[in-house]
Amino acid sequence: MTDLIPFLKEMLSAPGLSGFESPIREIISKAWEPLVDELSVSNIGSLHGYKKAEGNEPRPRVLISAHMDAIGMMVTGIRDGLMHVTEIGGLDHRILPGQPVTVHGREDLPGVIVQPPGHLLPDSVGDGPVEMKYLLVDVGLRPEDVVEKVRVGDTVSYAQDPLELSGEALAGHTLDNRVSVAATTLCLDGLQDRRHIWDVWAVASAQEEETLGGAFTSPFDIRPDIAIVIDVCFAKGPGSNDWRSLPFGEGVGIGYGPNIHPALCEAFEKKAKALEIPYHRDLMPKMSGTDAMAVQIVAEGIPCAVLGIPLRYMHTPVETVSLKDIRRAGRLMAEFIADLTPDSLDQIQWEG
Amino acid sequence: MKAENMSENAPMIDKDQLGLLEKLCNACAVSGDEFEVRKIVREEVASIVDDFRVDALGNVLATKHGKGENKVRVMLAAHMDEIGLMIVKKHDDDLFQFECVGGIDPRQLPGKAVLVGREHLPGVIGAKPIHMTTKKERQNKIDVSDMRIDLGPQIGEKVKPGDRVTFATRFEVLGPSLRAKALDDRFGVATLVELIKRAPENIDLLAAFTVQEEVGLRGARVAAYALNPDMAIALDSTPAYDLPHWDEEDENVQYNTHLDAGPAIYVMDRATIADQRLVSWLRDTAEINGIPYQFRQPGGGGTDAGVIHKTRSGIPSISVSVPARYAHTAASIARLADWENTLKLLHAALSRVTPDLLTGERRG
Repeated sequence: MTDLIPFLKEMLSAPGLSGFESPIREIISKAWEPLVDELSVSNIGSLHGYKKAEGNEPRPRVLISAHMDAIGMMVTGIRDGLMHVTEIGGLDHRILPGQPVTVHGREDLPGVIVQPPGHLLPDSVGDGPVEMKYLLVDVGLRPEDVVEKVRVGDTVSYAQDPLELSGEALAGHTLDNRVSVAATTLCLDGLQDRRHIWDVWAVASAQEEETLGGAFTSPFDIRPDIAIVIDVCFAKGPGSNDWRSLPFGEGVGIGYGPNIHPALCEAFEKKAKALEIPYHRDLMPKMSGTDAMAVQIVAEGIPCAVLGIPLRYMHTPVETVSLKDIRRAGRLMAEFIADLTPDSLDQIQWEG
Repeated sequence: MKAENMSENAPMIDKDQLGLLEKLCNACAVSGDEFEVRKIVREEVASIVDDFRVDALGNVLATKHGKGENKVRVMLAAHMDEIGLMIVKKHDDDLFQFECVGGIDPRQLPGKAVLVGREHLPGVIGAKPIHMTTKKERQNKIDVSDMRIDLGPQIGEKVKPGDRVTFATRFEVLGPSLRAKALDDRFGVATLVELIKRAPENIDLLAAFTVQEEVGLRGARVAAYALNPDMAIALDSTPAYDLPHWDEEDENVQYNTHLDAGPAIYVMDRATIADQRLVSWLRDTAEINGIPYQFRQPGGGGTDAGVIHKTRSGIPSISVSVPARYAHTAASIARLADWENTLKLLHAALSRVTPDLLTGERRG
């Protein structure tokens, strides 16, 4: 694979809202093509990269699920050349005014999200946050040209350019979850010169942010023995400092909770310790908020591990990540997979 | 002057003018720290004017003399400063607290990319992940005192309290429009540079590139005193609130200005009642030359004219603005045609100034 930052920036520049993943899928296909034996696309649009193991069949299978879809918006109406939008995925309307966006109309149109002046809003708004239904998107075109180029149902992506911050940090939109796609790519790269006897199925899954559609369907096609779900997790930062958040840039999260098979959690922790890869146990008392919620309950059930790359300001256009944690996650997955033995599955047992 | 004469000399917006505006908008010059724009202005005009100086407050005062007798001394003022932020405190976790400089709606700040200090270090104003917010929290705006600028974990001593911060928006052309930060008032600065380059010879052009407009019109006051003009025009950018009313039954009657309707001529704002002789002069010039124009809806707001007209024993003053949507946010949108028509109107109007314009008493 090429360097991490250019690859991440290339991925961030490609749209790929939930249900509209084709542009990002093409970029990931290009990156995975030399790293896997077979590439395929699922019925719902997830990308499957199959890396065949050594050894006799039947071979056990490990699936890595990293969702590739992005949050964003969709045009719901057009008035006087300005667009009303609704959300795809969860957006806090308070971070939207003034955001640069791209409207994917008949052509890509750069624009900005607009908070109309107070006197054009209901009195009840006052100086409080403006709900999404009152926000507008302006692409700088005259009304007659807007209706030619934009239709209800067109998608709208964040367009904030990524920023390289100090200390190997990167800020931008859609780092959730392109950083995990990057880590998965690093993992595949790391497995190139490693012998592994488990078949590896890397999945860039679709529609995590809305329906978990990719996570429900790809494991059904692939039927893995275990699954590693990798996603972003909360990093400590402004407004996010309780037990749910892990230190920024100081290691990967290893999920623990009902979506996760405890033996896999422990196996990952053991591996991280042995490799001296810093990690933190990421407690998920009810649910993980990741593909694992679906993967776990596919077919007769699949034991899941959840890895997390700590991210600040999740679901804003300035999500911030430490490149170190992306590399750590990639390496941890590669080492874990390379060390899987024919009887590894026997060790993934429930107590009692 | 006849329309056909004007069209020969009429200034146009071409690659050079657009390039200058881009450079000006991408420069960072928060009120009180106008260095970057001053530097560009110096490069553009210092060698082509008769007098160039930087005064005690940081205003650039440049004089371009005309030819012949009885020239009217016309002051043109455009403010170099923009709204922005100042770093006020470094917290233990390498996150920076800030304060607003100029009129910024705090609702425009969360989730924005910013540039910090003279080195333009990239940073972000984050926001709590939506997953961790409560419905009640989302019904309340985020206080500025709770926001932080994050420049990454190893920023060290590179950022200090006192550093200025601007939005990181880069200038872009969108079809017939421009999208940029600080069009208020880099439109004015770029227009004034162009007018100096094409200064009509019938006037003494007294250019004031002013400081601290956004925090109280401070530069313009001393600039007007120093230049002591016969009349003055503030060149600025004014909001176009030409958006639909939320209630489709309701018409938007408070639009201030419209995009695509040409330069906005001021009759009255909160700070100035324009000299009617100058209102007529600009309107007549536009009519004669077939330049589209609009009257800015009288009401709030203010420009450098607000202090200029009360300087010394009083200076006949007016303002002309390029309309722009979403002033004082990360990204304003304006029409290129409106800027070009503003430049044309001002050039044509200045070319017809004679002492007769100001003869007699102020009327109205």
